Amino acid sequence: MSEVLLTVKDLKTYFFLASGVAKAVDGVSFTLKKGETMGIVGESGSGKSVTSSSIIRLLPPRTGKIVGGEITFDGRDVLKLGKKELLNFRGKDIAVIFQDPMTSLDPVFKIGNQMVEMICAHQNVSKKEAWDIAVEALKKVGIPQPEKRMESYPHELSGGMCQRVIIAMAVCCKPKMVIADEPTTALDVTVQAQVLDLLKELQEEYNTSILLITHNLGVVWEMCDTVMVLYAGHTVEYATTKELYQKPLHPYTWGLLDSMPKLSEEKKGELNAIPGAPPDLRLTGNCCNFYNRCPYATEQCKQEEPPLVEVEEGHFVACHRQNKEKTLVRGEVNQSE
Amino acid sequence: MLKTILKRILQSIPTLFIVVTLTFILTRMIPGNPAKTILGPQASPDAIEKMEKELGLDKSKAEQYINYIGDILHGDFGYSYVDKKPVTTAIAERIPNTLLIAITSLVIAVVIGVAIGVFSALHQYSILDYVFMILALVGVSMPIFWLGMMLVMQFSVNLGWLPALGMGSIENGIGDVVSHMILPCFCLATIPMATFARITRSSMLEVVNSDSIKSLRARGIKESSIVWKHALKNALPPIVTVLGLQIAQAFTGAILTESIFSWPGMGTMIVNAINNRDYQLIQGTVLFIAVVFVLVNLIVDIVYTLINPRVNYESGKGGN
Amino acid sequence: MEAKKQSEVLSVTAHEEMIKKERRANNVWNKLKRNKTAMIGLVIVVFMIFIAIFAPLLTSNDPDEISPLNAFLLPGEDGHIFGTDEFGRDLFARILYGARVSMIVAVGGTIVAGIIGILLGLIAGYMGGIVDSIIMRIMDGLLAFPFVLLSIILMTVLGSGIINVIIAIGIGNIPSFARVVRGEVHIVKNEEYCNAGRVIGVSNTRMLFSHILPNTISPIIVYATLNIAGAIISEAALSFLGLGIATPMSSWGSILRQGKDCLNTAPHVATISGLFILVTVLGFNLLGDGIRDVLDPKMKK
Repeated sequence: MSEVLLTVKDLKTYFFLASGVAKAVDGVSFTLKKGETMGIVGESGSGKSVTSSSIIRLLPPRTGKIVGGEITFDGRDVLKLGKKELLNFRGKDIAVIFQDPMTSLDPVFKIGNQMVEMICAHQNVSKKEAWDIAVEALKKVGIPQPEKRMESYPHELSGGMCQRVIIAMAVCCKPKMVIADEPTTALDVTVQAQVLDLLKELQEEYNTSILLITHNLGVVWEMCDTVMVLYAGHTVEYATTKELYQKPLHPYTWGLLDSMPKLSEEKKGELNAIPGAPPDLRLTGNCCNFYNRCPYATEQCKQEEPPLVEVEEGHFVACHRQNKEKTLVRGEVNQSE
Repeated sequence: MLKTILKRILQSIPTLFIVVTLTFILTRMIPGNPAKTILGPQASPDAIEKMEKELGLDKSKAEQYINYIGDILHGDFGYSYVDKKPVTTAIAERIPNTLLIAITSLVIAVVIGVAIGVFSALHQYSILDYVFMILALVGVSMPIFWLGMMLVMQFSVNLGWLPALGMGSIENGIGDVVSHMILPCFCLATIPMATFARITRSSMLEVVNSDSIKSLRARGIKESSIVWKHALKNALPPIVTVLGLQIAQAFTGAILTESIFSWPGMGTMIVNAINNRDYQLIQGTVLFIAVVFVLVNLIVDIVYTLINPRVNYESGKGGN
Repeated sequence: MEAKKQSEVLSVTAHEEMIKKERRANNVWNKLKRNKTAMIGLVIVVFMIFIAIFAPLLTSNDPDEISPLNAFLLPGEDGHIFGTDEFGRDLFARILYGARVSMIVAVGGTIVAGIIGILLGLIAGYMGGIVDSIIMRIMDGLLAFPFVLLSIILMTVLGSGIINVIIAIGIGNIPSFARVVRGEVHIVKNEEYCNAGRVIGVSNTRMLFSHILPNTISPIIVYATLNIAGAIISEAALSFLGLGIATPMSSWGSILRQGKDCLNTAPHVATISGLFILVTVLGFNLLGDGIRDVLDPKMKK
């Protein structure tokens, strides 16, 4: 069994807005092992990106704050890192790939310039050596004519190319972990597969861990060893990918899997959407956040927050009706009321 | 790149032509007879007629216009009958004095204004940010001719620290000129400084919250490099635009400032020229200023393309 | 009890309440009310307009009444709140009546510039092509004159007087209005609803005035407010140079010019009139900035 790289325990990140406190992340727990890939799935606004920003401590100043929980990376307490340590932590230990490659690069500097700056920031090399490392990295991610591309501005490249550059930048400092925040959403379908393959290849080569944030369950199935489902800032279910697809336990996960289009479905054209909308994050807490959309909700769900319990080894779920003693069977009519 | 510059130069030709025409029309509309003005009230009708002939005023307006355009194309901007010298000479004599205070104050304004803007953007909503922004708003609202008077009253009349009028003489040492420059430059720098502080702040705020800056932070780049290298360069285009506008407006400021401090520059010259109905001097000076304005705009556009690689791409499309 | 309250938190009604509350909070006027600087600006502007309108009720002194015996009184002396000037005229009364002239000129100049500039901008932006080129080149030509210089020449041509100052300031400000409007029209013109209008055969004039103009109105309001601030300064500058409002009428600018001549003996004349100009301009700038933030936070200068 491989070593644990990242542990997040009961993370709470709140946004203090003029209109109230938005509990963007309100109880997220997971572990990520070395060389493994974990997927985070959930609707927009469920706290996926805030989770990743919290891990690298890059929250909007003044409004966003980590108010509770623990983050341990490679034996170090991330929440206690000083300013200087953070600079090396970001980029060298953890690299981030953001959703939109076109806006992730500085538009007014050449690619080479930006790569060299990044390499020099984290490695003790001369500019000339950094340049060579950068060209090498571009070659590795499959960019044709890497020397020429070093002299290009970001807008001169296509979205897929930009994402490759960003991946090259991410891996040239050989980070222990890469956070990929919806790395393919902004790309063409054909390019998406190429970028994912590239990530996989690099992971095998460097034994990097990947935290993959996505709302595409297909991508999760392709890429991830484990997967966490987020809903309104809470971890609702966390298991190995196989387990989650074969034996999903949380009603929200059921809904999520149902809403995925399937080719084999007899009734084509109709998708099963989850009724209702996610709650306002300023109003959540002290109840199961999903109860108003959940067909299985009971009185208890309205009054208590369900704890995250390990139902089977490595399979966690936060639902009052799912634990070791009692199991809820899917489709069972709600009899408690 | 070269094509863009050429295109801009060609575009500015009709603008210049319109400026020439407008200047001609407006100066002809100024009431009063320049021949009479030159010769004084006691001049005989004969002398006036002779003078008019000499000035070309006896010809039809259309002829005068054609002659005027022809002269300009030959580099002849006219002759100031009041000062008894060619317009080009008159401008050449005065322009260094105006440039001296205009450039000094603009440099001060850019350096201090941009620094304040960056500071305010990085410390948004802090007390100093509020103080700076209130001061900047007062600055852009400032009637500078009033400010000039108040400065004279305080520092020259009441305290006697600084000279109020003129530009001193270089023969009395550089310190004499510098001490004469302080108040006019302060006066002239107020509005640009406030404008730079405001535009820098808002432009920086937009950039600082952008994805590309967030990505730089995620890459572990030093904060100082993020602010002064990446963010400032991204925030530069609107600042350059404002710089262009401020250079052009520096002349407006100079007219007022020079008339308060009796600074012997272009501003006082043109006010005198208008009072003396010195047609050709007005025409020449206005044309000169308009040319400078058009040139400044041209340079700003070129600088804009240089600092912002996206401009070429966006206007040219398919640069890929 | 506690539990019941909790369960309601996520209910539909709680959500609707919240949406309603936010909608109310996002109403333009309410947003403006919350913008402190804008409110300060509004208070200043309303105050200045108030004293301009009610000048005769606020002072019983005649602003033009000369009494050489009372010359150069300091503020507060002998019942003259702001003192008197070199001719013994009551400065308080002169400032109040001067507010009228300054306001009328600034607002009038902005209206003149606005009407002509908006029309030209609409036509240039909507027609495009050669019409656009001609109009905008002329505007560029006008803009190439430093504003004060243009006004000075116009004032020498027209002669001093309130109407002429309005015209001079108006003409000087046409190009910027035309530019602002043209830019907006270009954006609005290509929106879906405009294309839809063209498809169903809406006439050009109707298109311009009932579809395009209303959608460009917010930048126009912002620009006009800021323009009034500029016009107050312009009027003062012209009067200060002796080209604007001439005696017997007096604006803040002409009081300031007069104050310049007696700066040593009666500094309060220049100080007070200049302060009124500064505060009023500041008021309009604050208000304009505030309206801009409220109408469209992304709109740039």
